[in-house]
Amino acid sequence: MHARADAADTAPNWPDDIFATLQRYDVRQVPYVPDAGHSTLIQRVLASSTMRGIPLTTEEEGVALLAGAWTGGQRGVLLMQSSGVGNCINMLSLIPILRFPFLTLVTMRGEWGEFNPWQVPMGSTTQGVFELSGIKVLRASNAAEVPAVLEAAAAQAYNALTPTAVLLSQRLIGAKVFTK
Amino acid sequence: MSKANLLDRRQVVSTLLADRKDVVAIGGLGASTNDITAAGDHPRNFYLWGGMGGAAMIGLGLALAQPKLPVLVITGDGEMLMGMGSLATIGLQKPPNLSIVVLDNECYGETGGQISHTSAAADLVGVARACGIADACAISTMAEVESFAVCVHDVVGGPRFANVKIDSAELARILPSRDGTYIVNRLRGDLGFLPI
Repeated sequence: MHARADAADTAPNWPDDIFATLQRYDVRQVPYVPDAGHSTLIQRVLASSTMRGIPLTTEEEGVALLAGAWTGGQRGVLLMQSSGVGNCINMLSLIPILRFPFLTLVTMRGEWGEFNPWQVPMGSTTQGVFELSGIKVLRASNAAEVPAVLEAAAAQAYNALTPTAVLLSQRLIGAKVFTK
Repeated sequence: MSKANLLDRRQVVSTLLADRKDVVAIGGLGASTNDITAAGDHPRNFYLWGGMGGAAMIGLGLALAQPKLPVLVITGDGEMLMGMGSLATIGLQKPPNLSIVVLDNECYGETGGQISHTSAAADLVGVARACGIADACAISTMAEVESFAVCVHDVVGGPRFANVKIDSAELARILPSRDGTYIVNRLRGDLGFLPI
C-alpha cells in the first residue's frame, strides 16, 4: 500500500496527464517492469488501442526494444522504477551509438520518506547513472508540474533526439509503507 | 576444435539469407554479425557490435513496429544466454513475424573459446519452448536450415526459434560497418522513413 507522503500532492490524475502526453506524441510501444507507482499508467496503456504495453523480465530489454521500434518507425517509452536503472547500464550504450529517441519515466524509491533501506543505494545513484550515461534528467516532484515536465521531456526526446529520463519523485508518488 | 557433423556457420547464414526478399536481418554481437556480412552487405542488415543480450529484443521492437515484415535475428549462444529473459518477453508477445536463429558453437568464440552453458547443460530450444515459443526446434542438417529459411518469410506463423549446432572453428573476420547510426538510418531509409 501507499501512503501519501505529502498531502498537497494527492491529486490522483498525474498518470492521466502522462498518458495524454504520450498519446499526443504518438508513442506506440511501452515496455515496462511493473512498479506500484506506475500501476495506473500501465493500466491506461494496456487498455489503449494505440499503445502496446510490453512487460519485460529486466529493464535492459526495454532499451533494446526501443532501438528496434525506432528502426521500424515507432516511438516508445520505457517505464521502470529506480532500482531498474542499474540493470540497464550497458544497454544504454545503444542510445548514442544508434541515435534513437529515448524517453524513460522512472518512479523513484530510496528517497523522500523511504522505509526500506535496500532501496536507498540505487535510488541515490539513479540520477548519476543516467548523467554518466549521457541521458538528461528531469524531475517532477509534485502533481502540478507533471504535465509541463512530461511535455518538455517528450519534446526533447522525440524532436531533438536528446535521451531523457523523467524521475517521478517519491514525494509525488507517496512513500511505500509496510508498518502500521 | 572441429567436431564431425556440425554445420558450417557461414553456409547456414548464407542459406538463411539466400532468397531474403524483404527480410530484415539482425546480427547479434560476435561472429554472427560477421556471418551476415559474409553473406552480403544489405540495407536491411542490422549489425550489433555491442549491447550484448539485446539482439532478440531489437528484433521484437522491429517486428511489432512492422508486423508485415519478416524479421530474422541471427545470434550466438553466448549472446542469447545473456538475453534469455527476452525469450519470455517474446513468448508473451508472440510476434508472428519474428524468427530467431541461434548459431550454437557451445563457446565464447570471440574471447578465446571458453565453454558456454550450452556445451553441457543449457538447452535453448527447451528454454524457448518453455517460454511460450511453441515453434522451437534444434537444427542439425542443411535441409532443415533450407526449410527454416522458407518459414522465415511466413509473417503469420511465428514466433519461431531454431538452435543450430555449428562448428566452432574460427573463420576469417568479415567486418561490417561499425557506425551504428549509419546502419539504423540506412535501414530506416530502406523502409521508407525519412530522417527527423
